[in-house]
Parts: sequence; structure tokens; C-alpha cells
Amino acid sequence: MTINVSVMVNGTRHDVSDVEPRLLLSDFLRDTLGLTGTHVGCEHGVCGACTVLMDGHSIRSCLTLAVQAAGAEITTVEGLGTPEALNVLQTQFREHHGLQCGFCTPGMLMTGEDLLRNYPLATDEEIREGLSGNLCRCTGYQNIVAAIRSAAALRRENV
Amino acid sequence: MSKDSLAQPADVLRPRHVGAPIKRTEDPRLLTGNGEYTADRKPDRPLHIAFRRSEQPHARIVRIDTAAAQTAPGVVAVLTAEDVADDFKPVIPFSRMANYYATPTLPLASGKVRYVGEAIVAVIATSRYLAEDAVELIEIEFEPLGAVSRSETAVAVDAPLLHEEAGTNVLIAREFRKGDVEADLKGAAVRVGGRFEMTRKAPLAMEPRSYTAEYDARRGAITLYTSSNIPGIVRDAISESLGLPGSRLRVVAPDVGGSFGSKGSLYPEELLICIAARKLGRSLKWTADRLEDVSSSSQAFAEIVDAEMGFDANGIAIALQADVLGDVGAYSIYPWTCGLEPVQVVSFLPGPYKIRSYRGAVRGVATCKPPTGPYRGVGRPISTFVTERLMDLGAKALGLDPIEIRRRNLVRAGEFPYRIASGIIWDKTGFVECLDAAGEAAGYEKLRVRQAEARKDGRLFGIGIASYAELTGIGSRIAVAPGMPINTGSETAKISIDSTGAITAAFGVASHGQGLETTLAQIIADDLGASFEDIRVIQGDSDAVPMSTGTYASRSAVLGGGAAKRASALLRDKIKRVASYLLEANHDDIELSGGKATVIGTDRAVTFRQVAKAVYSDMKTLPAEAREELSASYTYDPINGTTAAATHIVAVEVDPATCFVKIHKYVVAEDCGQIINPMIVDGQVHGGVAQGIGAALFEELVYDEDAQLLSASLVDYMIPSAPDIPDMDVVHIESQSAVAGGFRGMGEGGTIGAPAAIANAIADALSPYDIDVNLLPMNPQRIFGLIEQAKLKAKENPK
Repeated sequence: MTINVSVMVNGTRHDVSDVEPRLLLSDFLRDTLGLTGTHVGCEHGVCGACTVLMDGHSIRSCLTLAVQAAGAEITTVEGLGTPEALNVLQTQFREHHGLQCGFCTPGMLMTGEDLLRNYPLATDEEIREGLSGNLCRCTGYQNIVAAIRSAAALRRENV
Repeated sequence: MSKDSLAQPADVLRPRHVGAPIKRTEDPRLLTGNGEYTADRKPDRPLHIAFRRSEQPHARIVRIDTAAAQTAPGVVAVLTAEDVADDFKPVIPFSRMANYYATPTLPLASGKVRYVGEAIVAVIATSRYLAEDAVELIEIEFEPLGAVSRSETAVAVDAPLLHEEAGTNVLIAREFRKGDVEADLKGAAVRVGGRFEMTRKAPLAMEPRSYTAEYDARRGAITLYTSSNIPGIVRDAISESLGLPGSRLRVVAPDVGGSFGSKGSLYPEELLICIAARKLGRSLKWTADRLEDVSSSSQAFAEIVDAEMGFDANGIAIALQADVLGDVGAYSIYPWTCGLEPVQVVSFLPGPYKIRSYRGAVRGVATCKPPTGPYRGVGRPISTFVTERLMDLGAKALGLDPIEIRRRNLVRAGEFPYRIASGIIWDKTGFVECLDAAGEAAGYEKLRVRQAEARKDGRLFGIGIASYAELTGIGSRIAVAPGMPINTGSETAKISIDSTGAITAAFGVASHGQGLETTLAQIIADDLGASFEDIRVIQGDSDAVPMSTGTYASRSAVLGGGAAKRASALLRDKIKRVASYLLEANHDDIELSGGKATVIGTDRAVTFRQVAKAVYSDMKTLPAEAREELSASYTYDPINGTTAAATHIVAVEVDPATCFVKIHKYVVAEDCGQIINPMIVDGQVHGGVAQGIGAALFEELVYDEDAQLLSASLVDYMIPSAPDIPDMDVVHIESQSAVAGGFRGMGEGGTIGAPAAIANAIADALSPYDIDVNLLPMNPQRIFGLIEQAKLKAKENPK
């Protein structure tokens, strides 16, 4: 059995007619749509590398079925800035050396976007708590926290 | 919040790029989802592999029934060891070490299985989903041979043998001796010792292992994309095993999502995917899921160390002896061998200290677990843990401050080069300088005052120190792994300017997060006088340079950087020769900078692009003999390598109710020589320390008595998350090393110092209970147990 899935991804509408009900959203994004910026690190919802925004909220695409995304609006890392024009959070990650191997980075960015939109992020404790569902093995988190702290400050200035 | 107090070499004019916090070249692609990791490759109509793995720890394979799997939807092939027996030669992790047994590396288990997670059958299908469905249909009959779960039971006389041909489970045994350790211990004023244990760890890169074999039918050639940090070694090994020359086998490590050592060995799946691609004439993909990655990637540490140290009345360490039992797992890993990890423990136990006599004996024994391999720090996280605990025990027994006892024993400025008791030679490095700088940055005296106040309130506040030294950027004089016949002592750089003036610099090193595209370009920009933005660095590709091994053992800045400097100098000369012709000036009067050749003191200049055009695209400007290709290649060998050192100071507090450890302060003072990019150096320290904190407080691969892995998910194998890691202060002592550029390797140090510093801090915090910390990780349940035991003891024997 296959199901039709119609979904908005990064502002583009995709109508896919032969989606298996068991297909993970992460595999749908990566293999069906070719959006390999979303990474799969554990497939059991712990590492957070596969985090995307669904209707504005961060979700684990490895714990979501593609069919559950039908009718939703998805934003992946490809929907933020471009190499030539990084968005605010991406720029702060680069300025503060908030990434090394880059594998957890898409998930960190998408969680970061959610945090920046929905929380005041007044303290480092709050930022660290917000990131506790995203694992990074390279950076020791210090520069990721600095990048988000800086993005939050820029956002406050611009409000 | 990192505090960088850079010690500037006073009269050296700082180059423009080396030493500057240049933003990374890698970042724009990695921040936008435009990176390309192995699993992101999209070959034409690829097939997908899923493995049936062993659920038995040690068993004879009696029968494999694949009939149902073969006819399952989407299945193209099902391969067992028997099916591929004629397609390869086993890969042998050879070593000249005495008392060593080299177990062969095979693509699939043959005859028997030796650990839970070992691959037995490969199913190849049109999708991963269908391949996994078919794996469920495979039936295997096993005859159990008895699990060997712990190193202590593996050496028992009646233990089942994992490799019958070896005649023993002891795969490696070695002893180092210097001086008369027995006599020195007998004569010592104070003797301290104990049994120390570092449990098994997973390096746990966030990207699981992943391979894509792309088959080119036109040439019968394979390009293996692999999440490896040793693509050159993998190429040579597979070439030999499959009888496929390098011209038909290219191995590429594209963007790699961390390794920490776990992607630094040859894996059975890398052999299998190439064998199958050749057999089927198709492109194939495989990526480990997290369970497969944790239960079949190389694991780490796992040693028990019985050690004793003797001090004279002045607190000088005079003798050290240790017996190390390493649990090396089921196989000796290629190419490093099972000796790499445990032998390194005894090689580095004397650490940065002048200890007169030494005996270090090591046995590496086979157990029913995945093989141990390299993991950030290799051996030294354990050797440092043991030696630094002994230093603190000695200080306590002698009534000395932990900083003072270290100061009395560290090799001092005038004493380098210094050969420690195990034979390792330290070149001039700032051991004492790191100790002093860390003490100052941590506000050590104030921390002790804070501790005294906390104690008065009944709080368990402790301060821990660890000093260590490591050998980095190792040249050809010694092999990175003992007795290994692979050249780990040199690396090549090949720099070319094409007809458009673009610069391509190719290396054999293979970054997996370290930012080598940036740091190597920084070196070339300075030494070639090129514009940083014009330089493209190619690495991790066996076709890029004639010979390469990869990035491991803190070598790429020293060896890759040295090669970059020497190749730049050669190319610089060529550019100057053309420029002197074009500018009608003397060779020595021309300087290269920012991608231009200028006659010194004038505004007469030509760009590299004009130089390239004159050489390649113009038949008239230069005489034929002056149109020399603008490329240069250099293979650099630092011969000896160079020392890197650091002191870590940490302040912790143990919550007596929950037994959780809170880190209040973390300071690292390190000497990595000339810094190439301070931002990247700090990042390496932060990440290394975070892994050391994980090793000290959380991480443990738990195998039960039946050798079943109980912690195979990220819920059970806990790596630190953001709230677990403190902000760190990093202080740099930049003492120039003797190698090209004055660099020292620094990628591993954080993980070496942190477990020891935290162990000492927890022991200090728990000192009101008189508790020894001799096993890591010190998780809450262990701390709870120790405190309860101490309370019980105090009740039984009231003072």
C-alpha cells in the first residue's frame, strides 16, 4: 500500500504519490526529495541531528513518518540561508566556531531557530537546557552556546 | 569566554594568516546543508546492504539458511562468507612485536562468531527497508562455545579460546624495564599504589560509519566513499586484498562527521561493499544504524592497571611499576593491531616526570567484544589517570600540595630533550610553564580558600590537577603503532597553479572536523604569498597524492603543515623565476604576497594569474625553457615528532543527596607550539575535554557475563549533553617546536587530561570520607556506593 503525500518543504510544494506508510520523514526528505542536509545520527530520537521544523515547531524527523507530515509545512536546514547569504544564526555559528565536523549542525540550527523564536534565552543555563536534546561530540558545546547567545542578543537589538 | 593569553615570540614578526582566528572555509557549506557526507552520495541506481549480525558472543556457525531471504521482495543478492571466499585475501594486521598474534580481518564471519554484532550475512536489495525485511528471514543455527566476557576470566587456564590457532587468549604481551625498580621501591620513603580501571568506551562520532561503493563498468573500477580518517590506508589494504590496482580503486573520505578514532581502522564492511560491488557490477550503499555503530565500531580503553609508585622523603618520585591487563576484544584491528591501546599505556605511564626506575608490563587479551582501536588520546587517558592519581596519593602521604609535588617531579626547561623511563623522548616543551599558567588562571590559592569554606558548610568540594605530555606529529623513526610496517612518518603536499591562476593544494591527510581545509590554506597563504581565498585544499582522496595514510595521532598540522610549507617554498621559487622574467628584476628583489609578485620597494607587480597566463597560455612572452609547470610537491618527514603538554585544573562539587558531580571551574593550560588558528585550537580543547568529562563521569559500554552489550543505545550509553559541560578557560603557552613551522599536534590532549583531573577532584571532594577514586566513570551510583561503604566502615571502626 502506498499513500499520496502533499507537503510544503522550504516553501516548495511536493506531491508524492507512492509513499509507503512506514517511510520515515527523515528518509523521505533525504532520499525522496534529495534534501540531504537533514542528517540521521541515531534513528531513536536521542541525538537530534535530524531535527526539522514542522509547522514552526522542532521535531525529530527520524521519529516522524512521512505520511504524518502530509499537509504540513516543513523547514529544513536548506530553508535557512545560502552559502553566500547565511542567516543570522548560521552567521553566529560561523563567527563563534560553533561547528567542527558539521554533522550535528543542521539539527543544532533547527533547534536553535525554535529556541530563538519561542524562548527569551536570557541565560546560558536556559540555552544549554534548550540544547539538551541535541548531541554534539566535537565542540564541547561552548561555542554553540556562544553562537546562540549572540544570535539572541542580535534579535533583542532588532526588536 | 575563553581566555587566550598568547605568549608572543617577541622578535618574530607574526605572519599574516598563521596565528589568526580565520573563519573556516568549510563552514558555509556545512551550515547550509550543502556538505556531502558519505550517506549523501547519490550514485546511479544504487543497491542497499543490510547485515545479519551475530546475537551470539562466541559460537560455531553450524548452518545458514538464506533461502527465504533470497526470494524476498527487492532482494538482489545474499552473501555469506562461503559466497565471497574466492574474492579476497584476508587482511593481516602485521607487526614485528614479539609475543603478538595477528588475527585476520575478514569481510564476513567465517566458521564462527566472536562477538555480538559481528556481521555474518549481507543482504543486498533495492532499498534499505527491503534489505532489512529480508535480514529477518535468515535462519542461523549456532553451537555456543562459551562467552569470554572479562579480561580477568579470559586469562584463566580453562577459558574458551577465541582463536584456537593462537593457543591462548593473550594476543599481545610486552614489558618495559629501566633501572632496579624493586630496590628503589624497597628504599622509598613512601609507597602508594592501587588497582585502577578505565572501563570500555565508544568513541561515538555523531555520523555513524557509512560506505558507498560506486562501480564504473567502463573500467571495472570502484570508487569507495568512506567515512574514514585513513582513506589512504584503506585504499592500500583493499587493493591488496582484492587484487585491484590503485588505478582502479579510488578511496575518498568526503565530509566526515567526526571519528575520534572510530573511523580510523579498516572495517569488514569496507571490504564487503567493494567485493559485492565488483561481484554484482553495481553501486552499493551502507550506513550503520546507531545499534550497529555502537556494537561493531572499534571500542576503546578497557584496562585494569595494578600500579605502585615510590617517593623519597622530598617527594621525588623514584620508582614506578605497573601491570596492565587490556581487554582488546575479539580481533586485532587493522592496521594498528591490538597492541596500540594497551601498549601505549605502559609507554606513557611515566608521563612528564623524571622517574628513575620503571617496570611496565602489559597483556592484551581477547574477549567476546568488538575490537578496541584508536580513540582520542590512545592509552594516555588511562596512563595519565593512573600516574596522576599516584601523584596525588603521594602528595597526601607526604603532606605536600598537589601542585608542589608535580613541580618537584616535572622535567624542567634546561633538561630537554629528556628520555623518560619507558624510553619516550620529550623535546623542549613547557611542562612547568603549563603547570604554573594553569594554577594562575584557575586562581588555585583562592580555590583552596573556597574549598575550606565549603568544607565548613559540610559541602563536598574538590580540586583536581592533571599534568601530561604526549608525542605528536610522529616521524619515521618510530611507527605510530608498535612494530607496524606502514609508513606513518611522512605526508605529501602537492600545490599547483592552473592556467586561470587558481591554486589547488592536495594532501593525503583527511580532516574529519578539524578544519584542515582552513588551517593548511592559512599556512600556504603565508608561505606562498597567496591570497587565502584563492586556495582550494583537497584532502581525504587517495587519487590526490601518490601516497597518503590520513589524519590520526595528532599528526596533520605537523606533517601536513610541514609538507605545505616545503612545497610552498618550492613553488614560490618557480613563481619568482617567471616573475623576474616578466618584471625584468632580480629573483632576490621579488617578494610574493597576497597573490602578487612585486619588485621590492616599487609598485611594479604581476599577479599570479598573469604569471600563470605567461607560463601556460602565451607562446611569446616566455622562452620555451622558462615555461615550467607551476606545481611543486614535497613529502615531509619530521623524523622524531614533537611533544605537546598541558595541565588541567578542575573544581567539582559532589551533591551528597544525588551523588551527581557538578563542575564549577575548568582550566586548561596547554603548549601546542606555534598556533595556526586559535579559534580552532580552542575548539579542539573544548571538544577533547568534553569527551574526557564523558569518560570520567558517564560513559561506559556495559557487557554482562554472557558478553551481551547492555548499553547499545544513546539512552544507555550517555555522552555529555550541553548542560553537563562547563565553560572552559584555555591558556596557551606557545613554545615553538623544532619541526617545520614550530607546530605541535593538539587534537587529542583534552581527552587525555580530563579523566585524571576529574578523578583527582572527586577524590579531593570525597576526602572527608577517605575515599579513593580508582575506577572511571565515577557515575552517581558508584559515588553513592563508595560513600555508603565509607559510612559503614566509619561506624564499624569509630576513631
